[in-house]
Amino acid sequence: MKELMLGNAAVARGLYEAGCQVVSSYPGTPSTEITEECAKFNEIYCEWAPNEKVAVEVAFGASLAGKRCFAAMKHVGLNVAADPLFTLSYTGVRGGLVIGVADDPAMHSSQNEQDSRHYAKAAKLPMLEPSDSAECLAYAKLAMELSEQYDTPVLLKLCTRVSHSQSVVETGPRIVPEPVPYEKNVQKNVMLPACARIRHPLVEQRMADLADFAEKTELNRVEMGSTKLGIICDSTSYQYAKEALGEDASILKLGMIWPMPEKKIREFAAKVERLIVIEELDPFIEEYCRMLGLAVEGKSIFPILGEFSQNLVAEKLGRPVNAGRKLEEPVPERPPVMCPGCPHRGLFHTLAKNKCIVMGDIGCYTLGASAPLSSIDSCLCMGASVSSIHGFNKAMGPEGEKKTVAVIGDSTFMHSGMTGLANIAYNQSNSTVIILDNSITGMTGHQQNPTTGYNIKGEPAGKVDLEALCRAMGIRRVAVVDPYDLAACDRVVKEELAAEEPSVIISRRPCVLLKYVKPEPALRISPEKCIGCRSCMQIGCPAISFRDGKAVIDHTTCVGCGVCQQLCPVEAIQRPEAEKEEGGSRK
Amino acid sequence: MRETTNVMIVGVGGQGTLLASKTLGKLLVSEGYDVKVSEVHGMSQRGGSVVTYVRFGEKVYSPIIDKGGADYILSFEKLEAARWLEYLKPDGQIITNLHETEPMPVITGAMKYPENLVEKMEALGAKVDAIDALKLAEEAGNSKAVNLVLMGRLSRYFDSLGIDEAAWIRAIEACVPPKFLELNKKAFALGRK
Repeated sequence: MKELMLGNAAVARGLYEAGCQVVSSYPGTPSTEITEECAKFNEIYCEWAPNEKVAVEVAFGASLAGKRCFAAMKHVGLNVAADPLFTLSYTGVRGGLVIGVADDPAMHSSQNEQDSRHYAKAAKLPMLEPSDSAECLAYAKLAMELSEQYDTPVLLKLCTRVSHSQSVVETGPRIVPEPVPYEKNVQKNVMLPACARIRHPLVEQRMADLADFAEKTELNRVEMGSTKLGIICDSTSYQYAKEALGEDASILKLGMIWPMPEKKIREFAAKVERLIVIEELDPFIEEYCRMLGLAVEGKSIFPILGEFSQNLVAEKLGRPVNAGRKLEEPVPERPPVMCPGCPHRGLFHTLAKNKCIVMGDIGCYTLGASAPLSSIDSCLCMGASVSSIHGFNKAMGPEGEKKTVAVIGDSTFMHSGMTGLANIAYNQSNSTVIILDNSITGMTGHQQNPTTGYNIKGEPAGKVDLEALCRAMGIRRVAVVDPYDLAACDRVVKEELAAEEPSVIISRRPCVLLKYVKPEPALRISPEKCIGCRSCMQIGCPAISFRDGKAVIDHTTCVGCGVCQQLCPVEAIQRPEAEKEEGGSRK
Repeated sequence: MRETTNVMIVGVGGQGTLLASKTLGKLLVSEGYDVKVSEVHGMSQRGGSVVTYVRFGEKVYSPIIDKGGADYILSFEKLEAARWLEYLKPDGQIITNLHETEPMPVITGAMKYPENLVEKMEALGAKVDAIDALKLAEEAGNSKAVNLVLMGRLSRYFDSLGIDEAAWIRAIEACVPPKFLELNKKAFALGRK
C-alpha cells in the first residue's frame, strides 16, 4: 500500500519489516519519532533508556541474545554512546544491530552542528544515508541484513529534513529471521586486550569487504545527464541537486557513505568535465575525493554551515533563482518561549530576582536564557550544569557558592546529571542543584523517563525517587518546592544558597501541556485597577501583552497558573468570579 | 506533466499547523500526486515561528520550498504571513488569519507589532485573502479549530485543481479523532463558505 510517511516513521516501518525485536533509545530531535513509531508495533519491545550509552549497550545485549535490535539518537547523543560504539565495532553482532543517528544542520533544535559521518570512519563502521522516506524504509531493512552478513553494527544516518519530511512509501510484510541461539564466545565478546588484538585485524578485513560491497551496491548509483557537470552528493543534497539541475548534470548519489566506493568514484570522475561535491556540513566526501587525487570542488562553492536548498544549489552554480519581495520594515522575531503556565517560569523569575549565576542544561528550560527572564549563564551539553557548578564553585570559592545554582530537568538529570551530583557529594563543593521536575521529557515532545513512573507505552513502570536518590548519594539537604508559589521559591533558594553544604532543590510541577493537567480558567486584568507598571510582564508570559498603557491577558492561551497574579502590586489580576466561589485553587 | 504546486503553512508553535499538513498530505496522496511534506519539530514548537512545506506534483524532489517559490501561504497568524512573504511566488496567494499573537520582542516592549500588514503586503503586489478564523472557529464551537477554518478557505483555491469538497472531507475523517469530527467539519465548512 502506498502512503505518505514521515522519514522517522519509515525507519520504524523498515525495522518492523526486518523483524527487529528490541529498540532502546533516548529521545532527541530530530530522531525521537523513530522509537515512538516502533512502540506502536506490539511485536517490537521498545523502551526509553536513561541515555544513549545505555541504549546502545541494551542493544548490544539484545544482539548477543540473537535478536535484531536498534537504538536511535540525535547527533550529540552519539557522542554519549561513543564509548560502546567504538568497541562494538570490534565485537560485531549476533543478531543484527543498527544505530540510527540524526544530524541537525542549521541547528533547529540542537546545541551544535556536528557531522556524524565522521563517526563511521573513526569507529570503522558502515554507514547508510537515506534521502527520503522510501529510502529510510529500504535502508533500515538493508542495514539489518548487512549487520548480520558482515558481523558489524551499522549506522543509519539521518538529518532533520529526512527525519521530519513525509514522502510516499510502499510497505511490505514483517519477516522475522530464524532465532540465533546464544553462544558463549570469549574471544569475540570479551574485549580484554588479548581478544581485542585478535579482533582488530578482522575489523580491518570487514571494512575492506564492505568497500567491495560499496562498489557493487545500488545504494551508490549513477544517474547520467550532461557530462559537462558531475555532482557527487548524499542525503538531501541529492534532492536539491535533482531539483535545481535536472538533466543538466550527471549525479553519483552515495546512499552508503562509508566505506566509500573508490572505483565507482574514479570512474564517475573520468566521465565528467567538472566534478563538484554537494554535501551539507563538513567536506567528508570531498576530502575522500582529494585523497584519491581527483580534481574536485566542494566547499570552495558550497557553505560548511547550515542547510542547503534547491535555490542555494542553483545560485552557487550560476543559475537564475526567483527573488521574493520583502516588507520594508523589520518583522519582529518570534523566538520559542516557555508556554503560558510553564512551571519553569516561576523558578527562573526567582533566580533572576536573586541575581543568581545559573549553570544551565539541555531542555525546555534552556529558554530561561531568553529575555526577559535572561537567567541562564551557561549551556553546554546534557548534564553539564551539575558537573560545571562544582568546578565553578571550587574555583570561585564562597563568592561563587553564595549565588550560583545549577538547573537541570528530571530527564536530563537521569541522563547524565546523577554522576555530576555524585561528584558534588564526594568532593564536597557547597553547590546548589535545582532539579526542574516537570514529570516528563518536555522539549522532545513528552517522552516518559525513569522518574515519571510510566514506560514508553504509558503503562505503569518503575519510578526513581529523586529525593531518596539524592539523599542516598550523600546530599543531606533536599528541599521540594512548587514553582507556582513565588514566595516559597524565593525562601528556599535563599536558604539553600546560604547553607554551608551541598544541597538539592526539587522544583516540582507537571508540564502544563500534559493531558492530565487541566487548565484553570483564564485570569483577567481589570483595566480600572491596572496601573501599567509592567510588573506582570517581567516573567515573559506569552499570554500577557501590553495595549494602550495596560496589561491584557489573552483568554485563549492563559491557563490560570496565577504566577503573574503574585507580582501585581495592586491586585488587578483576578480569577473569574464563578471559579473564585468554587475555590478554584491549583494546589 | 503536472507542475509542482507549493503550499507553505506558517504559524506559531502550538497552533495546530501539523494537523493541517497531515490532512493536506493525506488528501494529496489520495488524489494521486507525488507529495513531500517537511516540518520542523522540537524547540521551535514552543511558541516560536513554525513553518511546514507541502509540495505536490508529478515528481517532487526537494522537501522544502525556497524564496519566491510558494504558490500559497496559509498563515495562522498575520505577522507570520508577513515574515514568510519573501517565499511567495510573484503571482502567489496568501490566505491569512487576522489574529495577532504578540511575539516576545513585542511583549517585552523592544519592538512594536507592525500595523496594517494586509495593506502593506497587498501594496507589494501580493494577493491576500484575510479572514477572522478565530471568530469562525469559535462559531463552530472551539477556538482550537482555527486550522480547519483555514483549510476550508484553502480548499476553495484547490477547486481549480479538480480536488472537490468530498475529497477534503475524507481526508479530514482520516486525520481527526472521531469525537472532534463534527466540530472540525463545521469549522471547515465555515472557512470554505
